[in-house]
Amino acid sequence: MNGQLKNKSLSDDPDFRELVVRKNTISWILTIVELVLYFGFIGLIAFNKPFLGMKISGSITIGIPIAVGTIVLSWILTGIYILWANNRYDEMVRKIRDKVGG
Amino acid sequence: MPQTTIGQVHATSIAFFVLFVLVTLVITYWAAKRTRSTKEFYAAGRSITGFQNGLALAGDYMSAASFLGIAGLVSLRGYDGLIYSVGWLVGWPIVMFLIAEPLRNLGKYTFADVVAFRLRQRPVRAAAAAGSLTTVLFYLIAQMVGAGTLIKLMFGLPYELALALVGTLMIAYVLFGGMLATTWVQIIKAVMLLGGATILAFLILNQFGFSYGELFSQAEKLYTDKFMQPGGLISDPVDAFSLGLALMFGTAGLPHILMRFYTVPDAKQARKSVFVATGFIGYFYILTVTIGFGAAIIVGHSVIAGVDAGGNMAAPLLAEALGGTAFLGFLAAVAFATILAVVAGLTLAGASALSHDLYVGVLRRGVSAEREEVKVARIATVCLGIAAILLGVVFKGQNVAFMVGLAFAVAASANFPALLMSIMWKRFTTKGAVASICSGMVLAVVLILLSPTVWVDIIGMKQAIFPYKNPGLFSMFTAFFVGVLVSLLWPEKEAAEKYTDLKLRQYAGVGAE
Repeated sequence: MNGQLKNKSLSDDPDFRELVVRKNTISWILTIVELVLYFGFIGLIAFNKPFLGMKISGSITIGIPIAVGTIVLSWILTGIYILWANNRYDEMVRKIRDKVGG
Repeated sequence: MPQTTIGQVHATSIAFFVLFVLVTLVITYWAAKRTRSTKEFYAAGRSITGFQNGLALAGDYMSAASFLGIAGLVSLRGYDGLIYSVGWLVGWPIVMFLIAEPLRNLGKYTFADVVAFRLRQRPVRAAAAAGSLTTVLFYLIAQMVGAGTLIKLMFGLPYELALALVGTLMIAYVLFGGMLATTWVQIIKAVMLLGGATILAFLILNQFGFSYGELFSQAEKLYTDKFMQPGGLISDPVDAFSLGLALMFGTAGLPHILMRFYTVPDAKQARKSVFVATGFIGYFYILTVTIGFGAAIIVGHSVIAGVDAGGNMAAPLLAEALGGTAFLGFLAAVAFATILAVVAGLTLAGASALSHDLYVGVLRRGVSAEREEVKVARIATVCLGIAAILLGVVFKGQNVAFMVGLAFAVAASANFPALLMSIMWKRFTTKGAVASICSGMVLAVVLILLSPTVWVDIIGMKQAIFPYKNPGLFSMFTAFFVGVLVSLLWPEKEAAEKYTDLKLRQYAGVGAE
């Protein structure tokens, strides 16, 4: 019971509240960016095939860099999250864990 | 008959294959001595680093179907194949942003641990185990049938013998070496597959003066500009979105993938492993595009389709054309290793659902000695392994390609919504979780049965009752809707109260194992 009481007060701690808000904000923003990225691509396939078939250089259609770009950007997004988490999130977590004492 | 030695037994492929088997068996022997407790059997003692786990995740995810299948699809249909490459990757960022860290912080061995964290254990574990097992079984059937067919194509081995061989080896890895052996099998396989694909792509680009412009213009010359544009593979917008959703969120609901996050020491390593996995998988799918276009030009459609109508042999044929029988032998061994690694991962995930969730969580009400649980997990491994071989025999010659799609649809509909709501939503309840998992699972399976893929193409009816090929859109939203509705109608005070503990552990790792 003691632990639960401690947790209760800790969850009201402003630092912890900020951590939750920050983490949720970044997670959902990145999730939405990924959804827009991928379903934007699917949307082009579904509704605007001619656009993807446009030639940009020689035989290369614009659809090819868009598809490869979606893959590369998805990876970059996970990298952005890692950068944020390593620099900010871990620091905030350390603060909270210090308060818990372990 | 095209000029190829595919289907004959080569000394090189046998040599590479025997080497792979020997190395993995030595690892299994080494791992067996370190696999006694449940933590060791299910989670490799949490001793895997983030980078290693990233490679192992990539190994778990890149099946022979995706290597040979996507390369084949690109070689025969050009740009349309590329669409699949993208679809198979985009689930990984979702795993990173929403699932990996909470899963690692909240659970022990299975994703059911997380869903059941603050809910009533038995009903939730029973439902989550059903979701896991359904996903694993459909995936396993597809892999086993694919394995038998592929090995027959590549080595000329009889189908049943191929299945027995794959089944026996995978049981040996999991039974004796648990997660530790399985992880190293995945890592070796991932390195072999990435290495093989890189060499193949290099050999192709070498033919075209390392110019993609040259590669694509040759492809266009041979197959007109239709080859460079999206064609008829995805024609219906609803179907396209539905497939996209299933691929994206299914990845975040695959039990054998989720289970891997328990092998690392903490959430930071879990996060790192997704970054590493996404990088390798993305790189690999970009390579398969190069390989597909290369095969289309160098080998040609008539030969590819002549050996296998689905194009599955495009990459091996290309390897033979560019690197001779020695390289073909290597690639055949890689394909075999790939199949083995994926089925081993699936078997371990299925065995954990049976032992950790069903036996200990439901039957024994959470009380069970370490030794007993490991023993049950081992028995479950053998049973599942034998079941996999038998299912492979039963479904011989059937078109099972839809089963991978079905596994993803079930994962996205039964597993993912319940997992996400249990992490994110305070008012989620036991009844809500059970209703969500069951509705998502049943709807995904029933809608696939009524879809054109099964109802028309396999059962042979004239008109499909459900008009779309991919149920994901409908079954996933139903699962979310049912979960929310039932939770709001029958609130569970205790579950909401325990959310505080869950939150601290989820975000700050307080009390995480």
